[in-house]
Amino acid sequence: MAKQMKPNEIISEIDYKKMPEGSWLDQPAEIKPGMFCWGAKAKSIKTVGFPNARDWNPSEEDWKLPENWQGTVLEAMKDRLGKYRSFKLFMDICVRCGACADKCHFYIGTGDPKNMPVMRAELMRSVYRKYFTTPGKMLGKLAGARELDIKVLKEWWSYFFQCTECRRCSVFCPYGIDHAEITMMGREFLNLLGLNIEWIMGPVANCHVKCNHLGLEPHTIVNNVEFMLDDIETVTGIRINPSFNRKGAEILFVTPSGDLFADPGTYTCMGYLMLFHELGLDYTWSTYASEGGNFGFFTTNEMGKRLNAKIYAEAKRLGVKYIIGGECGHMWRVLSQYMNTWNGPEADFLEVPKSPITGTVFENTRGTRAVHISEFTADLIKHGKLKLDPSRNDHLKVTFHDSCNTARGMGLLEEPRYVLKSVCNNFYEMPQHTIREKTFCCGSGSGLNAGEDIDLRMKGGLPRANAVKHVHDKHGVNLLANVCAIDRATLTTSMDYWVPGVKVAGLSELVANALVMKGEKERTTDLRGEPLPNKAGGDQ
Amino acid sequence: MRFLVPLVAVLVLVLLAIAGAGAHLQFLLGVVVPYAALAIFVLGMIAKVVGWGKAPVPFRIPTTCGQQKSLPWIKQNKIENPSGAGGTFIRMLLEVLVFRTLWRNLRTEMHGTPDNPQLVYKSTRWLWLGGMMFHWTFLIIVIRHLRFFFQRVPGFVQSIEHVDNGLKFLTTYPAVTNPGKLSAALHGFLQVGMPMLYVTDILFITAVTYLLLRRIFIPQVKYMTLANDSFPLFLILGIGISGVVMRYFHRVDVVGVKNLAMGLVSFHPVVPSSVGSIFYVHLLLVSTLLAYFPFSKLVHFGGVFLSPTRNLANNSREVRHINPWNYPVEVHTYEEYENDFRAKMKMAGVPVEKEED
Repeated sequence: MAKQMKPNEIISEIDYKKMPEGSWLDQPAEIKPGMFCWGAKAKSIKTVGFPNARDWNPSEEDWKLPENWQGTVLEAMKDRLGKYRSFKLFMDICVRCGACADKCHFYIGTGDPKNMPVMRAELMRSVYRKYFTTPGKMLGKLAGARELDIKVLKEWWSYFFQCTECRRCSVFCPYGIDHAEITMMGREFLNLLGLNIEWIMGPVANCHVKCNHLGLEPHTIVNNVEFMLDDIETVTGIRINPSFNRKGAEILFVTPSGDLFADPGTYTCMGYLMLFHELGLDYTWSTYASEGGNFGFFTTNEMGKRLNAKIYAEAKRLGVKYIIGGECGHMWRVLSQYMNTWNGPEADFLEVPKSPITGTVFENTRGTRAVHISEFTADLIKHGKLKLDPSRNDHLKVTFHDSCNTARGMGLLEEPRYVLKSVCNNFYEMPQHTIREKTFCCGSGSGLNAGEDIDLRMKGGLPRANAVKHVHDKHGVNLLANVCAIDRATLTTSMDYWVPGVKVAGLSELVANALVMKGEKERTTDLRGEPLPNKAGGDQ
Repeated sequence: MRFLVPLVAVLVLVLLAIAGAGAHLQFLLGVVVPYAALAIFVLGMIAKVVGWGKAPVPFRIPTTCGQQKSLPWIKQNKIENPSGAGGTFIRMLLEVLVFRTLWRNLRTEMHGTPDNPQLVYKSTRWLWLGGMMFHWTFLIIVIRHLRFFFQRVPGFVQSIEHVDNGLKFLTTYPAVTNPGKLSAALHGFLQVGMPMLYVTDILFITAVTYLLLRRIFIPQVKYMTLANDSFPLFLILGIGISGVVMRYFHRVDVVGVKNLAMGLVSFHPVVPSSVGSIFYVHLLLVSTLLAYFPFSKLVHFGGVFLSPTRNLANNSREVRHINPWNYPVEVHTYEEYENDFRAKMKMAGVPVEKEED
């Protein structure tokens, strides 16, 4: 393992003006320590029945590919070109205008020209031209076409795992070309050869069998929640009794398993528990639908569907009326744009979500019957159903990070801000070109939040972190709020690296801090056990 | 290679046309090639669009660029995040007519020092301007050319020509109120020989030149440029220059050109004897462009309308989007899960379906 790069080393390497000489068509990718994730293990691949299960090492010359791997990929490419208009169209219509070039966090953070979205897509297009277009077949390299050889395959692997499918490029492309679509196809093809990364494949295998990415078994889930309940009792004096796998509950609550596992996600999770308790909500957790996120989505379309199916299946088994979903980015891309198409017919028994507290019918979810926790909470606050003391968050100066997927695959922008402004007195937006639909990825999304690719992650995290630094320097911001489990894990690392002194929290944690609960004791600390302003010190 | 080969290719085409005209191949250059090129264009584009159309849109994946429709008191951005057909239509209209997306383009700059880096994002609209100028003037010029294909020039073509000559007003009308030397000089400048100078001609050549130069001088854009990008630019520049030369400097027999054009559209092709060879250069380059079109990136002209990240309403939470090839998949069922973990579930007090294995 190479030594981790220092922040100023990363910056010194970046020169947007400097491009390699010659044609990119024959400049192979370098598989560089710190910039890639370990290859998927045989065991994980086998668990979900994917092909070519074997242990392999990306930094070794021999990737142990199956016979005729080119044929396999080209056949799959032909198949997907017929199945996805997006893929076919995006192979054809790019004019290489360069509008997307400096929009990608990986390009901004690495200066590597092949991390310009257009170039990452060209890696695929060059092969498309060679085998599927007349000029490419006839003119070859002159027409930007090249054969699919092992160098190209390794280049694909390297760069399709240097894309977090954040879709920022598609906001700026005049034809809406979404390079996430191309990365998704690239990863489909790579999976046919057993070329995933273990940081994705491991969680997928876990999720398949144990029903969550972290592989938490049912008793562990219950135990982890018990620990949180103890902490809640310490802070509030209230003992909460949530239910698991309870039939007949009105609502099934689904959240990413990261919230059950490690801080600061666990504080967010405590937030859900406290809010639902305060409302007296008739809801249940499930150990079977114990994963809101979907790393299957980062392997193949089919695997995404297989993992996602459990949510509706569990809703059906328990007989709930609808679903509330916790804070997570890609979970909501899947729940918004894929779930109903994949598995919707299984869920026609569900009812249109209606808040039992306010009576609000969530018309916008009449198809999926899944409400985002921020939508649910914003509605509660708007109707004055929560007693809030935002001054309990006065020790925090907060900014808000829009998750890529909720921003660009959904449009959840105002709901979390409304909630945030209701529970915090000090809120500062980051610069306008770094938020909302133009938000930057944390740098580690789509399954890249491993340890071994830490340089890549910190580079990719630079644009987001640098915008946080701006408000940190200007307003003294010390908390980065978000609605994403991956953010909570990865931005914590990124902040420690780029902007020390800024902590990361889920929105529901801040809600719970401010929530005045019936019968609670006077709180002296927030959920993290840190003294509350004006309370513990008492000298202000 | 990405610039030189395409440039040479276009020059070869120019020479071929001149040589062909000199060798009395007018029928080939004026009739056979244009017909063939048009046929390739039409059939090729139909094939392309049908090909795209045949590929289904399995998922509803609009890129949402504004607030979603959710709670009634939260204002939805109906254009950037449309939930219905109307908003989507306007979104597409803005995209196609005024290049809405390029309008929001940004430039990323790194300021500060390695120990205190500052990323700055600035609005940049040069590409938008160049793109708008190029596409709109191209369209207007194509419309102006319709005068060659109608016995009586249609009214809207005349109107467009009139407006395109707009600078004439600047030079004549202000002259009444402000009879200055400038006005007279402008008038003289814009009247190159006999014909009035079309504003679009200047803008068009300027825009194509800009689009070409940015490929040569902006390092990132140069890196991504292929022959596939510079060839159409050289070709279109050649078309523009040959057209301008024909109109303003080296006049050709316009009546002869019109006879040829009328012959082509009425399927009774005639080859006039007296049209200069520069016309055949123009025509061969246009024919090349038409024939090249369906096999090139120029198909974005049709493709932009089909882009699923732009032309779909964001209503997949409300209405089920159907994937025609959706197929059943193997799922690890609850029963299998409970069989794996029954004892642990019972131990933790989690209800089970079956008490015993």
